Amino acid sequence: MSLTAKDKAVVKAFWGKISSKADAIGQEALGRMLTVYPQTKIYFAHWPDQSLGSAQVKKHGETVMGAITDAVGKMDDLIGGLSSLSDLHATKLRIDPGNFYILTHNILVTLAVNFPADFTAEVHVAVDKFLAALSAALADKYR
Amino acid sequence: MVEWTEFERTTIQDIFSKMNYDVVGQQSLARCLVVYPWTQRYFGNFGNLYNAAAIMGNPMVAAHGRVVLHGLDKAVKNMDNIKAAYAELSVLHSEKLHVDPDNFRLLGDCLTVVVAAQLGAAFTPEVQAAFQKFLAVVISSLQRQYH
Repeated sequence: MSLTAKDKAVVKAFWGKISSKADAIGQEALGRMLTVYPQTKIYFAHWPDQSLGSAQVKKHGETVMGAITDAVGKMDDLIGGLSSLSDLHATKLRIDPGNFYILTHNILVTLAVNFPADFTAEVHVAVDKFLAALSAALADKYR
Repeated sequence: MVEWTEFERTTIQDIFSKMNYDVVGQQSLARCLVVYPWTQRYFGNFGNLYNAAAIMGNPMVAAHGRVVLHGLDKAVKNMDNIKAAYAELSVLHSEKLHVDPDNFRLLGDCLTVVVAAQLGAAFTPEVQAAFQKFLAVVISSLQRQYH
C-alpha cells in the first residue's frame, strides 16, 4: 500500500495545518494510548507518573511527534530516513511492533478530536497510509 | 460474562442516547469505504463508489450506515449479554453476508474516529476506553458464530 504522490501532498498539507499543535497532539495521543491500552504501560514502568498530564508523558509525546513530523519530510525514503530510529527500536527499546499500530490509532483519534473539520476521510486515508509506512520503516531492522 | 463499571455503563448509554444516527452512521460507513477501500467488496450494488466525494454523497451508503449503527442498539440495550443478543446477527454475517470478521475492527475504528470528532474534548481517554471496550465486545460477539 505505497504512498502515492497525492497521499504525500495531502499529508504535507495537513501537517502544515497541525504543526503548531504537534507537541500537544503527541502528548494527548500518548496519554490516550496508555489509558485505552494499559498493556502499553509496561514500556514506561520506569516513569513515576504515566497519566496524561504528567511531565514524562508530555516530554515523550513531544519527542515521538517530533520524529513523526520529521518523517513527513522523508516520505520519499522512509526506510532510509528512519534507519537509525529503527536500530534504536529494534536493539535497545525492543518495542513489539504490534504496538506501532496502537499508537498510530490513538494519533488518528487525537487528530479527529482536535481537527474535526480538517480530518476528512481523504485526509484520514492518506495519514493512515503514511503512519503505516512509517511503522513498517521503524520495524525494518527488527530481524 | 463481561464486567462493566458504573462509569462504562453510563458512558455508553450517554453516547448512544445523544447520537445522531443519520450523521454518525453515514459518516462511519462512508469513512470505512474510503479509508479501507477493499471493504467496498460487500457493496457491489451500491452504485457510484469511485472516489471519496462519490462515497460521501452516496444515498445508499448513508441509508446502510444508519442500519448498521442501529444494529448497535441491541448491544446498548443488552450490555449484560451481548453475546446472546448477537447470535443471530453473527450467523447472518457469516452465512449470508460472508463478511471477513477482520473488517468489523476496521468499521469499529472508523466509528471511533467519527464519534471522537463529534464529541471533541468530551471524548476523554477514559470515555474512549469505555467506548472501545464496548465495540470490542460487540465485535467478539459478532465473530462467535463463524466457522
